[in-house]
Amino acid sequence: MKKLSARQQLRLEKSVLLLVLMLPLARIIFDYFQDTLGANPVEAMTHRTGDAALQILLLSLAVTPIQRYFRFRRAILFRRLLGLTAFFYGLLHFSIYLVFDQELSFGDTFADVAKRPYITMGFSSLVIMLPLAITSTDKMIKRLGGPKWRRLHKAVYAAAVLAVIHYWWLVKANITIPAIYGGCLALLFASRMISLTRNLSRKNY
Amino acid sequence: MLKYLKCRDVPHSSLRMHKALMEGTMLIKIIDPTAAREHEVTPQALYLDRRRLMTSTARSMIAAGVSGVSGLMSSMAFAAKAYDKVPKGSPFDTNEALTPLKDVTSYNNFYEFGTDKGDPKINSGSLKPRPWKITVDGEVEKPTSFDIDDFIKTKKLEERIYRLRCVEAWSMVIPWIGFPLADVIKAARPNSKAKFVAFTTLLDPAQMPGQKSKILDWPYTEGLRLDEASHPLAFLAVGLYGDTLPNQSGAPLRLVVPWKYGFKSIKSIVKITFTSTQPKTTWNVMGPDEYGFYSNVNPNVDHPRWSQAKERRIGELFKRKTMMFNGYDQVASLYTGLDLKKNF
Repeated sequence: MKKLSARQQLRLEKSVLLLVLMLPLARIIFDYFQDTLGANPVEAMTHRTGDAALQILLLSLAVTPIQRYFRFRRAILFRRLLGLTAFFYGLLHFSIYLVFDQELSFGDTFADVAKRPYITMGFSSLVIMLPLAITSTDKMIKRLGGPKWRRLHKAVYAAAVLAVIHYWWLVKANITIPAIYGGCLALLFASRMISLTRNLSRKNY
Repeated sequence: MLKYLKCRDVPHSSLRMHKALMEGTMLIKIIDPTAAREHEVTPQALYLDRRRLMTSTARSMIAAGVSGVSGLMSSMAFAAKAYDKVPKGSPFDTNEALTPLKDVTSYNNFYEFGTDKGDPKINSGSLKPRPWKITVDGEVEKPTSFDIDDFIKTKKLEERIYRLRCVEAWSMVIPWIGFPLADVIKAARPNSKAKFVAFTTLLDPAQMPGQKSKILDWPYTEGLRLDEASHPLAFLAVGLYGDTLPNQSGAPLRLVVPWKYGFKSIKSIVKITFTSTQPKTTWNVMGPDEYGFYSNVNPNVDHPRWSQAKERRIGELFKRKTMMFNGYDQVASLYTGLDLKKNF
């Protein structure tokens, strides 16, 4: 077999990753047609897309620590795909709410977003991710320039924090799952802090 | 004085009954003369059905000998519905489409078996609804305890098709089997100090694994004002869809208060206590600003975190408008002069 060029190999790897990342969506579609989404399919779709968005967003934030601690330098090559997929699931999550809960009434939707703190949090998270998705192309990176682009994309931390709060504030009694997400996010922040202090101390010498 | 022979607990064939009598093992119970007699409390249709069931079972047992397991299987399928012959067509019934049994029994909020709505169906196998003791006490003339079957036997069962509106903004239509709560109140003869009725769920982490984690303040308790509890709509259910209550739906006995949010309709009741002061209720203790003592379905008073104006009927994709008192306007007079925004 002919050996793949580095570029071809990356494209193949990305395709495989994309397929894996589309599994939650495939499962929703499969369960919908099998009638196995349960008694409340809209709720099931909302929860599953929300979970997928949050999990993939946290995974995209884990790329830098993975590079560092697992010595997997190439992880960075997949970060854009992770971020965009997280945004895609967030958008699906919001669209289901917009169509089935608000019946496409933008007035009611904005009233709800303004009035319900947990929805305010979730919506803000998605709004923050929108410019990040738009500026994710090579062209936009060049246009903005590296430092400016990096500064803008730091906003992803805020999006993740808001998304976890969004989940935390909607549960009735059992906060176990949002607490797990919160714990993962705290770990990611801790690893950032460690590398930040290391860099600072290095500069002092 | 010997009132009558009670033969429920002995084998049913007359030959065996005769033998039991001869050997002196026949259960003879001396019944309180004021208590209802068996023939007064068992609807004719129901005991006729029991007999039909017995003969039919006997027939299929013979068939089983011939045709192997299939006869037994069919007799078991026949025996599956316990309350098939309970009178239907209550004036309180809604004529809306029933929520499919599959959804009623697989989408439950019953935190004693886990907080996911799929959990109770999976985890409630450990609950043993028989034998089961119900205690009625507090401000009553005569506190008593009953075995669940003796308790049910003294009640006239009927079917009630009610809407159920969950505080989470979804709803169902369920055909319950049971009797008015007012019947229990009447029989208990509350004294002049009784102003409220409190209910308690079983506390047993071995049977209810969810009680091992301190998500709520176990045991689950609920309560009603005595006049609310006496309203003809307030119902105690022992079954649904013509059959005994599945464990995940609150076996063996649960409350159904159709004009209040679902969490008021406490499940797997072991105690009914008449009190002079307002009892503590679980969700109210958990979040007093989110779950009031009354918790009447009210589209004009939102949950602090979400709207109560609409609800999703299970089986439908889009939401429908929520009705005041869940459409049971006949309870409105219970709350005249009460600010329902403050007393949510």
